Amino acid sequence: MKLINLLLILMKREFRRLAARRIYWFMMILAPVFCFVFFADLLKQGLPVNLPIAVVDEDNTTLSRQLVRSLDAIAQTEIVLRTADFSEARKAMQQGKIYGIFHIPRDFRQDVSTGRQPVVSYYTNETYLLPGSLAYKDMRLQAVLANGAVQQTLLLAQGNDGPQLQAKLMPVAVDTNPLNNPWISYAIYLASVLMPAFVFMFAMFTASYSIGQEMKEHTAGEWLQLANGSVVMALAGKLLPQTGIFFAMGLLYLSVLYGYMCFPLNSGFFPMFLAMVLLVVAAQGFAVFMTGMSRRNRIALSACALWGVLSFSVSGFTFPATSMPRFIQLVCNLFPVRHYYLLYVDQALNGVPMYFSWQPYMALVVFAVLPVLVLPKLKSDLRENRYLP
Amino acid sequence: MLRDIFYIFRHEFYTVFKDHAVITFFVFLTLGYPVVYTYIYSDEVVREVPVAVVDHAQSLLSREFLRMWDATPMVDVVARCHDLEEAKMLMNKKEVYGIMEIPADFSKNIHRGVQAHVSLFCNMGALLNYKALVQAASDVSLAMGKQIQVQGMDYASRIEESIKSSPVTISEVKMFNPQGGFASFIMPAVLILVIQQSLLLGVGTITGTARDRRRNGLMIPANRHYCRSWCIVLGKACLYLLIYFVMAYWVLFVVPRIFNLTQIACKAELMLFLFPFLLACTFFAISGSFLSKEREQPFLLFVFTSVPLMFISGISWPREGIPDYWIAFSKIFPSTYGIDGFVKMNNMGAKLEEVFPEYISLWVLAAVYFILACLLYRCQIKKVNVSFLRN
Repeated sequence: MKLINLLLILMKREFRRLAARRIYWFMMILAPVFCFVFFADLLKQGLPVNLPIAVVDEDNTTLSRQLVRSLDAIAQTEIVLRTADFSEARKAMQQGKIYGIFHIPRDFRQDVSTGRQPVVSYYTNETYLLPGSLAYKDMRLQAVLANGAVQQTLLLAQGNDGPQLQAKLMPVAVDTNPLNNPWISYAIYLASVLMPAFVFMFAMFTASYSIGQEMKEHTAGEWLQLANGSVVMALAGKLLPQTGIFFAMGLLYLSVLYGYMCFPLNSGFFPMFLAMVLLVVAAQGFAVFMTGMSRRNRIALSACALWGVLSFSVSGFTFPATSMPRFIQLVCNLFPVRHYYLLYVDQALNGVPMYFSWQPYMALVVFAVLPVLVLPKLKSDLRENRYLP
Repeated sequence: MLRDIFYIFRHEFYTVFKDHAVITFFVFLTLGYPVVYTYIYSDEVVREVPVAVVDHAQSLLSREFLRMWDATPMVDVVARCHDLEEAKMLMNKKEVYGIMEIPADFSKNIHRGVQAHVSLFCNMGALLNYKALVQAASDVSLAMGKQIQVQGMDYASRIEESIKSSPVTISEVKMFNPQGGFASFIMPAVLILVIQQSLLLGVGTITGTARDRRRNGLMIPANRHYCRSWCIVLGKACLYLLIYFVMAYWVLFVVPRIFNLTQIACKAELMLFLFPFLLACTFFAISGSFLSKEREQPFLLFVFTSVPLMFISGISWPREGIPDYWIAFSKIFPSTYGIDGFVKMNNMGAKLEEVFPEYISLWVLAAVYFILACLLYRCQIKKVNVSFLRN
């Protein structure tokens, strides 16, 4: 009972401190909400349709025009430039106005009918990887279809039609089943990991900064005294209010992702809720650990910043971690967001039973209990109350 | 006036090189971060994705199909399963990221002249894995299809076979980044952002520290050298620029070289382009540093902005998919134009005149942020005067 009262007093003190300064409002509410709104708005349409491409038609016959028309009809690309001059198209590509060029050579039709195998080429700008590969997909399909169209004419002339025609054109077909993401939407990964990664980053910053601030303002002694000299109580009183606020932020992003944007949540609500809770606690644990390890606030915050930013790459939601160098594959286990991402894939995306993902859950728990290692040192630091710039 | 500028330059020089925090941002962050980041993506592409196969047909053709698939650089068959359930179990354990199932009637259909189907199941946890598997499968199916078509033609000469099975030859060219590598795609943007953000963090630390040191929260000493705002801004900017001429050379010229990234720009032209970028970044950092009220605050304020900035620059996410108001918002950051122009020149070999709009915009931004920085410092000078009079 006494302990609870003490905790309440400490928490009240912390709430007052948090509310008093604008920077806390910024870190805990404003910036996370901005990130949620920004990415929800940016990614809401999924992938863009009508990516601009150019067609260089040097042949300009009915056959070539027919080809161009059917290329234009494919969903994701739009022909914005038609020209007979290749260097004009290349310049537009270099200026970033188009992502691909589809080139039909001179005398295309004539060469087809005389069996001289003309070369249809397509160029994609892979500097912009995502639109480049979408344009690549469409143009490749079109080129294969062009081949098929000519063959079809030949086969029809020979009296083949019906299912046999299909088989002759394409004897082996691959049916792809993109499991649980049939739209092949890039947005659902990005949003589902970006938003928690921001919560992770700000939870770390707030925890580390608020502890450092006690030393900087020379209130650490008073704080520790209020907690009856128990560093555990002091930390609990300081961190619990923040935990509460970041849980609220976590619930907000969960509802944005799975409620408002309707991204797949095949596991049901609880596993992802648990993952969010553990991510916030892991962030705080990691931040306290770093604060305890280093003598200076700045160093602790640097470590948190580095962890926060690197999380976006090593968690492997853009480029798979399994294709990174061996060393990075080991290092990425030190990043809580990596484990959150694994949980996301297992639970929200694929909805596998929870016992398959016990490892990432446990890893997050480990991060949460890291502060135990530095409690004695943190206590002496707080008692000495020495701020180093 | 020149003496004021020089005085401030010298003073700033000592501030920067005496303060570990600032040196960390200006030198060590810019030295190390690009290297770490490129190293993460140094393998460039996804290779040898582990997969399981379920072959119900167990025939010559089905085995050949799987062999060809396995032989592509993207695929590595690590398990052969009896049924789909077994394979799915492996997928749940994350031992494989894809499953290829070949139905029992695979060869029979081919011999009967009916289209044969194979099913590819992909774990969509990583889109690049999916892309690799699908591309490998479709390459193999096209190649095998061609073989089958040719076999179906009796009494045809080899040339006739070739013409009939592919009346049109297809050639694909991936420009500027032929292997579709991830580092080649993302690094130019990251490198430019490193310059802008490290300046922002460093200058933010300087102003934060200055505010911490003085009780009244002012950033400049009451000193006759600090009485013209533009002198202060220029004095500081000269020092930052001097440091960043060196650092930018490392980040934008040496690092890509170390990791053999694309570099096809004319060096001199690229440097001409980068000059206004560095100017704009410097004045942007000086203006932005006014947000930092404390030595530790730059982290809290600026670190997270890198990610949204990356997305609205049009690299990570195609510009066609970004709403107009975010595009408009992105125009106030030097990095947007910096990334755009740098990518076009360095990776796509554009000439300076082809990135003229970006080039001019950077000059405009530099001017705007210079004026803003001067105005902000003028307020500071006024405050200093007021507090000086009061005492």
